[in-house]
Amino acid sequence: MKKKVLTVDDSRTIRNMLLVTLNNAGFETIQAEDGVEGLEVLEGCNPDVIVTDINMPRLDGFGFIEGVRRNEKYRAVPILVLTTESDAEKKNRARQAGATGWIVKPFDPAKLIDAIERVTA
Amino acid sequence: MSYAVKTLSQGNRELIAFRIGDQEFCVNIMYVREIRGWTQATPMPHAPAYMMGVINLRGVVLPIVDLAARLGMRVADPTARHVIIVAQVGSRLVGLLVEAVSDILTITEENIQPVPEISSDLEKQYARGILAIEKRMICLIELDALFPEKESEAA
Amino acid sequence: MDMNEIKEIFFQECEEQLAELESGLLKLNDGDRDPETVNAVFRAVHSIKGGAGAFGLDDLVAFAHVFETTLDCVRSNKLEPGPEVLKVMLKSADVLADLVTASRDGGGVEESRTRTLVKELEALAHGEMPSASHDAPKPAAKPAPAAAPKAEAPKPTDDSGFQPIPFTFDDFGGDEETVIEGSTFEVTFKPRRDLYAKGNEAALLLRDLSRVGEMSINCDTSTLPALDKMDPEGSYFGWTASVKTTKSEEDVRAVFEFAEWDCDLEVKLQEATSSDEELPMIPVPFDLSALDDATDGNLTDEAKASEDDASAAVAAAETASSIARAAGAAARAERKDTAAAAAQNNAAASAAGAGQTIRVDLDRVDRLINLVGELVINQAMLSQSVIENDATGTSAVNMGLEELQQLTREIQDSVMAIRAQPVKPVFQRMSRIVREVADMVGKSIRLVTEGENTEVDKTVIDKLAEPLTHMIRNAVDHGIETPEKREAAGKDPEGTIKLTAKHRSGRILIELQDDGAGINRERVKQKAIDNDLITADANLSDEEIDNLIFAPGFSTADKISDISGRGVGMDVVKRSIQALGGRINISSRPGLGSTFTMSLPLTLAVLDGMVVTVAGQTLVVPLTAIVETLQPEASSIHSFGANQRLISIRNSFCPLVDVGRILNFRATQANPVEGVALLVESEGGGQRALMVDAIQGQRQVVIKSLEANYTHVPGIAAATILGDGRVALILDVDAVVAASRGQSLRAEMSLAATG
Repeated sequence: MKKKVLTVDDSRTIRNMLLVTLNNAGFETIQAEDGVEGLEVLEGCNPDVIVTDINMPRLDGFGFIEGVRRNEKYRAVPILVLTTESDAEKKNRARQAGATGWIVKPFDPAKLIDAIERVTA
Repeated sequence: MSYAVKTLSQGNRELIAFRIGDQEFCVNIMYVREIRGWTQATPMPHAPAYMMGVINLRGVVLPIVDLAARLGMRVADPTARHVIIVAQVGSRLVGLLVEAVSDILTITEENIQPVPEISSDLEKQYARGILAIEKRMICLIELDALFPEKESEAA
Repeated sequence: MDMNEIKEIFFQECEEQLAELESGLLKLNDGDRDPETVNAVFRAVHSIKGGAGAFGLDDLVAFAHVFETTLDCVRSNKLEPGPEVLKVMLKSADVLADLVTASRDGGGVEESRTRTLVKELEALAHGEMPSASHDAPKPAAKPAPAAAPKAEAPKPTDDSGFQPIPFTFDDFGGDEETVIEGSTFEVTFKPRRDLYAKGNEAALLLRDLSRVGEMSINCDTSTLPALDKMDPEGSYFGWTASVKTTKSEEDVRAVFEFAEWDCDLEVKLQEATSSDEELPMIPVPFDLSALDDATDGNLTDEAKASEDDASAAVAAAETASSIARAAGAAARAERKDTAAAAAQNNAAASAAGAGQTIRVDLDRVDRLINLVGELVINQAMLSQSVIENDATGTSAVNMGLEELQQLTREIQDSVMAIRAQPVKPVFQRMSRIVREVADMVGKSIRLVTEGENTEVDKTVIDKLAEPLTHMIRNAVDHGIETPEKREAAGKDPEGTIKLTAKHRSGRILIELQDDGAGINRERVKQKAIDNDLITADANLSDEEIDNLIFAPGFSTADKISDISGRGVGMDVVKRSIQALGGRINISSRPGLGSTFTMSLPLTLAVLDGMVVTVAGQTLVVPLTAIVETLQPEASSIHSFGANQRLISIRNSFCPLVDVGRILNFRATQANPVEGVALLVESEGGGQRALMVDAIQGQRQVVIKSLEANYTHVPGIAAATILGDGRVALILDVDAVVAASRGQSLRAEMSLAATG
């Protein structure tokens, strides 16, 4: 069974890169453009792992993660934060919001896949 | 398309033969998009004598060339019996006014004889060869040579 | 999709982000302090940086990073975006745009520009930031503890030392072979409840740990309460593992990077000698296959696993994760059937919510526009033949046709609306030009834009940029005075240029207004006399003098200026506006400034024309060119010179131009009295009377290219297809007027082509 990844990023470029990388690695990918859409899409797609950006319009990554963790059904889904932010403060906030791990952009496809496999069985 | 390419590679060619005055000409069928009846063309200012003007071909403005005049023969006086061969030359469409389409010929490369040396420059420019079919003489015209694309178009 | 396509998308996205960036900065410049504006600006740069990093566009990343860092100071209220700050930021936005262009098209950006701005940005981030020392993003990021030594660190992207810190997994996988030599670490790991709440799993962490080296593990289940007292989401197990590896302690800790705050973790280096003798644990092979079962989400297996003997280390780890999942599992199974339906609903909902726009290939839209054009022509042809065959005009067919006509017109309007775009991007480009040119000539100028969302056909927008750029340069260079002069005149030393767009009677009106010195009429007049444009004793109104600047070959600048000179004058601007079927006018008030007014058609696909007959041919004359039509009387026609004729209109004399003669449709001039004169406005403010044989009427026509299959024809702007199905030519009024001045139509043609 293909693992399902929900990607949340406002950048078309990054969304497409994630899509290509994940599809090549045999994942099924569902995309959302920002936190609000991410939460909308979440309900129906039942992802095995979520990869989200931090800086997004409408609802940022922190808010999105909190939203996922509040959802009874998805609160234990691993969430990887994909962001160029490399400073400790951002990571900290992402963790507090409930992020499982993080990947620093620019990401290398192999590392992205490794990180996903690291938090999924 | 693939069929045409295949037959061509086997040395077979399909040509459309047509009449202008008492002479017969032919062009490779690959150039020809359609054949339609003559309709009055809208004349273009400052155009060469062989340019009869433009007509509406389903929304496309199609220039009509009097092929007789273009080949240095008498300027045609088009009647309802005349036909227009709509040909694709490069990226452009051009309508060729001829008297009548006479035949569709399937020939091989061996049927084409070289153009005799006596020809003038104009004939040399467009004539690619001569066919002898049932005692008729048919001149094979190269449309690319007759309507070269402008340099600006090639860019 | 391949990387090249994604790169293409990236550059498209950059364009959008740059526009977003500039409009945001301009808003801030106007005093907007909405946090969302600042966020949007930050996000724009951030996104560009993110994508650029993915494609290894190092220059772009480096600059974006510095820019972003400074913007982050604004975002966190550490830097007040005052005028000086914004000046630097707007310049930075320009450089960023140039870097994007350079990355896309090759070439580079002047290093000095980039370097200067990097310094200025850094100065803003450091110098004016009160609390720059601690948690604010710093160009020199501290080395991350997690970064493994073997990690392929990206090259430092600029000399400020910025270095993205990649998270590396290089040390995992492929290392499962037994490590013979190396050190042994004792790892004590006790997850807290939060670890599971954040989606981490002890089993997975232990799996990863097992990949670091040869591992033996022991599970501490001593805190596990009785089943009835168990919190299903509590954490009760701890593990002690011994890992023999060649890797460093850092590498071992890196396994727990995501989890380190939600567990008690101890990593100790064991004495190599004692490791074999005093191993306190029973080595348990770490069975990864157990994890595979869990992946399948097989409920019975999971449930069984949770009931298994809790003392087995692997199973215990398994249990810990299973418990966390158990609650959700039942619910999941229950909802399984409805999940698909829900997914559909959600997809639909999100499409409705977010999908207010779609991206469509322009070719598709153009094809649709063409087809609708055909529909309009066909409908007109059908109507005409029905009218010809039905004299009564009351039949049901006629009624139906009328409705069809209405519908076709509506379809045409709607399709045209698809191509309509706001003028905003062009206006935004102008703000950059104002900044750059003002900087170059040492003036301080503000560009105010209004009506940026006014929509007009994309082709019009594309063709508008060039003349508008030229006019803006002119306004900055010549229109607005130097700050000193302005102050001396009692004006605000900062000049203002106002760019406005609005719709007016089916056209778009664009106004460019400056508060400069206005047209120096004395000088313009003298120049026109010097250039033989007017006679020394010509009696011209102020308006006529002002409009002289549009005359070919006229340039008011005393010296050729780098900025607006470039060998082209306002005549070229006027010509390009006219080529779009537009008109341009100037009005000026000395000391107060000048206003250029351009009126343009909303689309280049259709045109309102007057259908006329000339020498038996039907021609279309663009309605915008025609000032009035009149029926010449014999008494008002005057011969002039060898073969010129003038027509007197309200006491002024206007040259008569026989269109049929100019287009070579007839050999001799027609008798003006038998025809109709179309009074048209030509360049330089003068008028001409175009003689045609008769007027058939007015109608909107679909513009068809002649060049597609033929070539440009001098004196002819384009073609169209009329209701009778025949092609009619659209007259190029300016070319015809110019030809009447003695310039040959051929020469005119090449000029028109460049305009």
